[in-house]
Amino acid sequence: MTALLLTLLLIAQVQPAAGFDPPPVPPLAAPVSLRAFDTPNDQGKSITLTWQPGSGPLPEAFVIERTELGTGAEVVASSPPDQAVFRDEETQDRRPYTYRVGAVSGSDTAWSNPTAPVMSSPQFFNTTRVNVLAAMVIFFALVVYFIETARRGKSLFVRRIAGLDAVEEAVGRATEMGKPIVYVPGLAGIDAIATIASINILGEVAKKTAQYDSALLVPNRDPIVYTVAREVVKEAYTKAGRPDAFKADSVFFITSEQFAYAAAVDGLMVREKPATNFFLGMFWAESLILAETGATTGAIQIAGTDSVFQLPFFITACDYTLIGEELYAASAYLSREPLLLGSLKGQDYGKMIILAVVTLGSALLLLSGLPAFRLFSRITDLFTTG
Amino acid sequence: MKRNIPLVVCLVMGVSMMVQFFVPHPVSVAYYELTTRWFRIVAAFALVLGTGSLIMYHSDKIQRKRQGWFYSVVTILAFVATAVIGLGWGIKRGTILQDVIFSNILVPLNASMFAILAFYMASAAYRAFRARTKEASLLLIAAFVVMLGMVPLGANLPFRLPALVLLTVGVAVGIYLAVRNQNWRGVLVLGLLWVLLGLAVRFLFAPRFGAVAEQVLSYPNMAAKRAIVLGVALGAVATSLKVILGIERGWLGGGKS
Repeated sequence: MTALLLTLLLIAQVQPAAGFDPPPVPPLAAPVSLRAFDTPNDQGKSITLTWQPGSGPLPEAFVIERTELGTGAEVVASSPPDQAVFRDEETQDRRPYTYRVGAVSGSDTAWSNPTAPVMSSPQFFNTTRVNVLAAMVIFFALVVYFIETARRGKSLFVRRIAGLDAVEEAVGRATEMGKPIVYVPGLAGIDAIATIASINILGEVAKKTAQYDSALLVPNRDPIVYTVAREVVKEAYTKAGRPDAFKADSVFFITSEQFAYAAAVDGLMVREKPATNFFLGMFWAESLILAETGATTGAIQIAGTDSVFQLPFFITACDYTLIGEELYAASAYLSREPLLLGSLKGQDYGKMIILAVVTLGSALLLLSGLPAFRLFSRITDLFTTG
Repeated sequence: MKRNIPLVVCLVMGVSMMVQFFVPHPVSVAYYELTTRWFRIVAAFALVLGTGSLIMYHSDKIQRKRQGWFYSVVTILAFVATAVIGLGWGIKRGTILQDVIFSNILVPLNASMFAILAFYMASAAYRAFRARTKEASLLLIAAFVVMLGMVPLGANLPFRLPALVLLTVGVAVGIYLAVRNQNWRGVLVLGLLWVLLGLAVRFLFAPRFGAVAEQVLSYPNMAAKRAIVLGVALGAVATSLKVILGIERGWLGGGKS
């Protein structure tokens, strides 16, 4: 009995200490360092807010309250507790707004001090693209300089491109065999640079076919490319002094469907057995279907694309392949116009500068990992764009 | 005049689009959207010309009874039938055009053409991987490693030990042949190569084929790809500049005005 009483007394003494004295809960802290500013480098109608969570435990969420001067306040958004930045995209330009951010936990909200009035406005220049502008100016200056050099009559060396040297031979072969030349200007639209480059080469090839009196077939997938290609071929025949040799149905539109187009060109190659096939421009999965079918007909095949995924297929199935930029150089190479060759030289020097920058940037980036060279990361930041 | 107007239009549009890239102002954004809309409108007009070309080309072929003219009859019939069905019964889901022509004819035909690619790939791979030159041999080895490393069974195969065994056997045969021909410099070179390649396989390469294949794709393959992409990017800028400034006139038929 005495033992039971002692035990009860002990429990009575211990329990209050454990059950009725919880650790003090720190009060919910309001966010601090709240900043509101017009979002930089945008088209307006946007204000950005940044803040720091108050000291103490993280709230369940933050709520953002916007007040337009002269009207009431409204909560415009909430953000998770680990996010301390918000972009309000629903503002009207040149109207003053104030903001405050609340830390929410359960039914409690602790509000920050409101910001000073801030207005959104559009910008006229995207400052994050200054580096692009600088690179563009340098590159343009190089190209213009070499064009001027070429204009003064200085001869410029351009390395041999086997695929382009073979164009003359390929056209001549078609004449000897009395078979046509098939020219596929890629499957992309006229807005693709590869298509424009291909159209430029088509002009030169058409001039040669006119001179050699070979037949030229240009099947098209894009209606705009078709209209441009037809004009280019027609003009090239006129320039070569053979406007009568131009046949309107030598340049034709097939279909916009990728594989239907591939099937039609395959059929054309199998029926006509052309002496030469040109596949120059932008290609996708149909590249190998076209090139392999062309190879089985025994034609000389000259391909070129700037798509790195299709290049291996062309290299495998074609006799000559223009790799990437060689496609863009083709027009200058074939026409031998000094102005075009000058721009090619400028392009090469631009590439040299980029290679130097990439090498230097890689070294700086590696070194910036060391504490003593942190400063280098600021230099590498100059090359990022927004 | 015929030549100068397109050149002026090209210059104005090219320069204005360049400026637009640097200006985030709403006027600039609206201008960009307007030109994009114009492009779509021009494309719609060009489609009419394209359709005209299609009909003319195939009608002419049928009239002259040229080789394969009956395919042209099929083309014209399919064209007319699709146009009539589309205009008469609409193009939404549940119509003949959507459920029969598109889903049951066009899609399977496209899929069939795409499937042919697998056979072409096999024949192209056979041609590419014939080890006739040093480069082709290197390609064959790289392709073997990547292909094996990309399939589940091959990815888990051990790499280091078989590679070292193959290397040792190859070098041993080479040294035997060099000794037989009394080519002592060859013996020295092969010996050094064996040590260097052995160290590379032991310390640089991962123990499994899968990881080796990933390394081949991530480093030498990626480096080559980036080199091409860099050249392409600069070439594209230079070509654009030449077209905008009127230096490149191939798209007008070439030559000077």
